[in-house]
Amino acid sequence: MNELASVDWSRAQFALTAIYHFLFVPLTLGLSFIIAIMETIYVATNDHAWKKITQFWMGLFAINFAIGVATGLIMEFEFGTNWANYAWFVGDIFGAPLAIEGILAFFMESTFFAVMFFGWNKVGPKFHLLSTWLVAVGSNLSAFWILVANGWMQYPIGMHFNPASARNEMENFFDVVFSPVAIAKFLHTVSSGYVIGALFVIGISAWFLLKNREVLFAKRSLVVGASFGLLTSLFLTISGDESAYQVAQHQPVKLAAMEGLYKGESRAGIIAFGILNPDKRLGDDAHEFLGDIELPYMLSLLGYRNVDAFVGGLEDLVYGNAAHGLPSAQERIDSGKIALKALSDFRAAKAQNDTEAMKTHEAILQAHMKDFGYGYFEKPEQIVPPIALSFYSFHIMVSLGMWFIVLFALTLFFTLKRDVQTQKPLLYAALWSIPLGYIAAEAGWIVAEVGRQPWAIQDLMPTHMAATHLGSGNIALSFSLFALLFTALLIAEIKIMLKQIAIGPNGGH
Amino acid sequence: MFEALSYLHLQQLWWIILSLLGGIFAFLLFIQGGQTLLFSLPENETEKSMLVNSLGRKWELGFTTLVLFGGAIFAAFPLFYATSFGGAYWVWLAILFCFIVQAVSYEYRKKPHNFLGQKTYEVFLYLNGSLGVMLIGVALSTLFSGASFRLDENFFVRWEGSLRGLEALFVPQNYLLALALFFLARLCAGLYFLSNIDSQTLHVRIRSMLLRNTFYFLPFFLGFLAWLFLKDGYGYDDNGVVFIVAFKYFDNLLAMPFVALMLVLGVVFVLIALYLGIAKTHWQAIKLMGAGIVLSVTAVFLLAGLNKTAFYPSLSSLQSSLTIQNASGSSYTLVAMSYVALLIPLVLSYIAYAWYAMDRKRIDEAEMTDPASHHY
Repeated sequence: MNELASVDWSRAQFALTAIYHFLFVPLTLGLSFIIAIMETIYVATNDHAWKKITQFWMGLFAINFAIGVATGLIMEFEFGTNWANYAWFVGDIFGAPLAIEGILAFFMESTFFAVMFFGWNKVGPKFHLLSTWLVAVGSNLSAFWILVANGWMQYPIGMHFNPASARNEMENFFDVVFSPVAIAKFLHTVSSGYVIGALFVIGISAWFLLKNREVLFAKRSLVVGASFGLLTSLFLTISGDESAYQVAQHQPVKLAAMEGLYKGESRAGIIAFGILNPDKRLGDDAHEFLGDIELPYMLSLLGYRNVDAFVGGLEDLVYGNAAHGLPSAQERIDSGKIALKALSDFRAAKAQNDTEAMKTHEAILQAHMKDFGYGYFEKPEQIVPPIALSFYSFHIMVSLGMWFIVLFALTLFFTLKRDVQTQKPLLYAALWSIPLGYIAAEAGWIVAEVGRQPWAIQDLMPTHMAATHLGSGNIALSFSLFALLFTALLIAEIKIMLKQIAIGPNGGH
Repeated sequence: MFEALSYLHLQQLWWIILSLLGGIFAFLLFIQGGQTLLFSLPENETEKSMLVNSLGRKWELGFTTLVLFGGAIFAAFPLFYATSFGGAYWVWLAILFCFIVQAVSYEYRKKPHNFLGQKTYEVFLYLNGSLGVMLIGVALSTLFSGASFRLDENFFVRWEGSLRGLEALFVPQNYLLALALFFLARLCAGLYFLSNIDSQTLHVRIRSMLLRNTFYFLPFFLGFLAWLFLKDGYGYDDNGVVFIVAFKYFDNLLAMPFVALMLVLGVVFVLIALYLGIAKTHWQAIKLMGAGIVLSVTAVFLLAGLNKTAFYPSLSSLQSSLTIQNASGSSYTLVAMSYVALLIPLVLSYIAYAWYAMDRKRIDEAEMTDPASHHY
């Protein structure tokens, strides 16, 4: 019991730090490019107003960047402090992208950040512009490496299990780096950052227009923000489609939970809107939804690129569906237990230097390795993630994504038509869509991470095996300290940010 | 290219890379050292601003090096990463807290509506520079003094003792390195300020600070060396069996004359740099200081892990002790990471160029009061 509570506290702490961290990362990813575009216009036109616009957004960028750095540090070290078993079991693969992120991305970001901020009068305009672009490239490069690491947890490839060291070892670096899951996750995550950056810029510009302040600044910012937002939100849809396609291929249980799909079907539809039936249990006859609107064929089409494809539901994946070649979770649990037993027999043989027996047991182990992680479970139902959280997070994310496209299109249209200032409802909508961007991004991460449960590494290591042996009291205390500190810093960040926005690009004049 | 190296050579190469990173990080601790001087060195707000801004353009490099250090340990010696971070939970978390508060303090300190007030952010910087540095010193000292842990059959760590790392604070010898590092960081900061800030009045006070802190630094540093070279260490044989060896680290010094040379040169450089700073107010003294710190700290790390030495001794289970051979990543990963490490010189050169471009003109009062320039 104590072990379980301890795992839950570690999960809570990781979730807390990840959620806080991702309040700041998207703006860094998106705003850095928007600033770079603005500075490019300044350097190309030599119009001083563009310099002021660039510097205003850069000021807000710095306030956000500082706290993003602070929360990011924790995430890296938590793999060791709270997930020590994980760190050994897969550190040989997982550590590399984190180290590479440091070498290739963080130094680029931090070095050129200093030039970008303090270098206006110290270096030439071209070198300064290059530095601004390099901050953007560095931030996005950092996102690439961390998502390679995350993608690998969702779809572990490019490695083999070494029974002597009881860990997974890397076999092919390029399989890990160019994993289709990692690429899809990277593109989807950075594009969500671009959209949030754009929402931030048009939302704040709309506020200035509503206050009838800084009109030239606001309109110019709107053009850049809305164009960037429209392009990137369309790309967000495409990368989202690819991400969901990858989930269908590699994490069918997660897909079924995201869609609330209990019984698999061919020509499956996608739920555009639905309210889950809270009394529904796996295997009973109750209806899945209290109410729903379904778009026919779409799930088969999006998940498998084929209208006729069969999409496995939770019951097919838990209890098996022989007709469609889906093994039951019980079969995989049994197979996993054979793998664990073989590992233990291998060790015994190794202790006695019995090389023949070692070979035999290793062969059994490798034959059952694909089910290794299942061996740690007792009941088939344990492989199902929290359904309601996965379902609602997914649908909130998708609905908001659609709304952002409309918002950017309308904003761009009216800005180019030169009467955006009279469109009060649109300006208010833009302003109030800033928090919606963050909600969508956090919801996306909840789908990715809660939907992956009960796995730390899909099919290989359950979350409860990954955690450090650590009394829950310790983690409860550190959780509280993190919650307190991050909340205090978040309040500081928001207050400073609001004040700087109120002061405006011309120092309040 | 790296494929041709033996597994042992790769492990040694990565220990050397980590040692070098440790040396560079120790040099960059001048930022922390400078933060501990913010309450004592300046006599007015402008002087304080000059110090904060001088450090504020560099702090991220130190922070990034710490992150890279963590990542490189994870990739190259994952068993150490898992054992030490998971085991000595509270020491590492305490260090992390000290660095979280640093990351926001420069940017938020002087901003209107900053919620916690300027003083709080300055206290954060002080905590980072004092407690943060000393805790790092204690954590590093456990590479020599050891820790109480066991590894089970899955190589999962079981920490003995409920303090989860804080017990290292009750080992008096660990304070030798902790305090030596603390004063060294302040000394390095003093020399950095001489080179980076143009203010005669500050220079006078910096010189007397340097003189005082040299006297504080030396006993702890010499004490650390004496402890290190007189103490037992853990060695291991070709089968990986760990055993206790008297004067292990002194043996290592004799067995690796190149490391001994690095250590001696490093110490001499540091002492010459301090002389140049104190007696001549020499603005280039920081460069010699930097070279000296990198050389000597790298040498200390090399003594900890090379020449068949267990670099993380277990006090409760001798055979659980970590060595570069039992704690490392696979040969494949070390090769892959070695190729990536070839980019490090490129990274160092753009940092050096950016640093050069930004520091061509020293910080002065005029810059601090110029509304057209961005400052903290």
